Amino acid sequence: MSCALVSVQSSTGCGVAVIYTPCRSVYIFTKKNNIQFDHKKITLFDGYQYGEEYGKINLLRKLPAIKDGDFCLAESIAIMMYLAEKFHTPDHWYPADLQKRARVNEYLSWQHTAIRTHGSRILWFKLLIPKAMGVEVPKEKLDNAVESFDGSLKLFEEKFLQGKPFIVGDQISLADLVAIVEIMQPVGAGMDVFENRPKLKAWKDRVREEIGAELFDEAHQTILSLQEEVKTMDPKKMEPLRSKILKYFLS
Amino acid sequence: MPLELYLDLHSQPCRSVFLFAKINKIPFEFKSVDLSAGEQYGAEFGKVSIIRKVPVLKDGDFILTESTAILQYLAANHHTPDHWYPADLQKRARVDEFLSWQHSNIRTHGSKVFWFRGVIPAITGAPVPKEKMDAAVEDLNVSLKTFEDKFLQSRPFIIGEKISLADLVAIVEMMQPVGTGLDVFQDRPALNAWRDRVKKEIGVEVFDEAHEVIMNVDTLPQTFENKGLPEFLKLKIQKMFN
Repeated sequence: MSCALVSVQSSTGCGVAVIYTPCRSVYIFTKKNNIQFDHKKITLFDGYQYGEEYGKINLLRKLPAIKDGDFCLAESIAIMMYLAEKFHTPDHWYPADLQKRARVNEYLSWQHTAIRTHGSRILWFKLLIPKAMGVEVPKEKLDNAVESFDGSLKLFEEKFLQGKPFIVGDQISLADLVAIVEIMQPVGAGMDVFENRPKLKAWKDRVREEIGAELFDEAHQTILSLQEEVKTMDPKKMEPLRSKILKYFLS
Repeated sequence: MPLELYLDLHSQPCRSVFLFAKINKIPFEFKSVDLSAGEQYGAEFGKVSIIRKVPVLKDGDFILTESTAILQYLAANHHTPDHWYPADLQKRARVDEFLSWQHSNIRTHGSKVFWFRGVIPAITGAPVPKEKMDAAVEDLNVSLKTFEDKFLQSRPFIIGEKISLADLVAIVEMMQPVGTGLDVFQDRPALNAWRDRVKKEIGVEVFDEAHEVIMNVDTLPQTFENKGLPEFLKLKIQKMFN
């Protein structure tokens, strides 16, 4: 049985290098578990989303989406939980054991307004707004985002990971998958998140190995070449979203 | 050993957990954490959770944070009626979809309006600049519209005929700005009707009990005067306006 997956790719990407983290985690999960899907790619800042419905930054919150027959579902976390159950993926992704499952749910809940928020801000403040949009970002804003992100990483290591190989224990789960894609985001802006964090780096290496180095690298190709890509990005493409982006991030 | 729930009913996620436990007659010990006094930063609470937020569930040695995780855990562990978190994959997915979306939308914007209307003026003695207040209210309005258009539509409850964790989490978040005098249900008849249905399903008495402190949040200035203003609050406000 197949699903249609609507997600985002970069404007220059061939294949499915995904810039938007919730799309990236779903992409990795479906590929890793050999879940067949028709991948409808929407290129960031291009045509499709300039329609009335989509000419808003809120578009990003509607992606990824899946369509399984008549059933449409948004929110990457809900999507992965649904796919895990429906396609009977290996238990470790979303364990049946109540307490282990609760640990996954706990992380997936916490990360929304912690690592995800701060990591995303670093990408926008450090790279996309100044380099792709040519707008200066006040230093305090970037400093605050970095400080908040560092605080989140500290909590990640002290509370969620502790001395375990993965968040829930000995095996990778949805929690690690969601964590890694978000933590990689500021890496794309040139911040070396793993420097001076040997435990975090070791965890990242384990996660990459469990996912499969090839798949991991493919999914992260765009974010890791983003600093180069912005040099050739046409700022006019971001024009319709410009005021909304600036309002959202800089007000 | 009974279940312990660390709660402050000023907090929306504490209210959803409190209500769920009460409705389903899950016995628990209410461990009060006074947020306005900064108790979450104390050494005592630090032993429970270094995240320093509420609610927290302590079930023997098992400690769990994050209200949505706690609700899902309690529903499964205590075999609550199916409609709260249905076994049916698609219905469950709808609940998960809302629980995911709400973090950065209704929760974020409702909280901000609450802070701007109810907390910051109590601390600083001055209102929040109009531009910032208007922007915060506008964001909340957008979230509420999305809630009505996408999550509720014309159904009695978010996933259909019956109340679920999604409605429970939604209602406590929407009540936050209401506590400061911003009635989000006024001029929104569909939302108002949904609120009444949810309140009835939960039980009016326990709903009012859970919301008593937030509906009396105008006593906050007196609280701060009596207890003094914790340092973390000053820092938090500084960051909010940065």
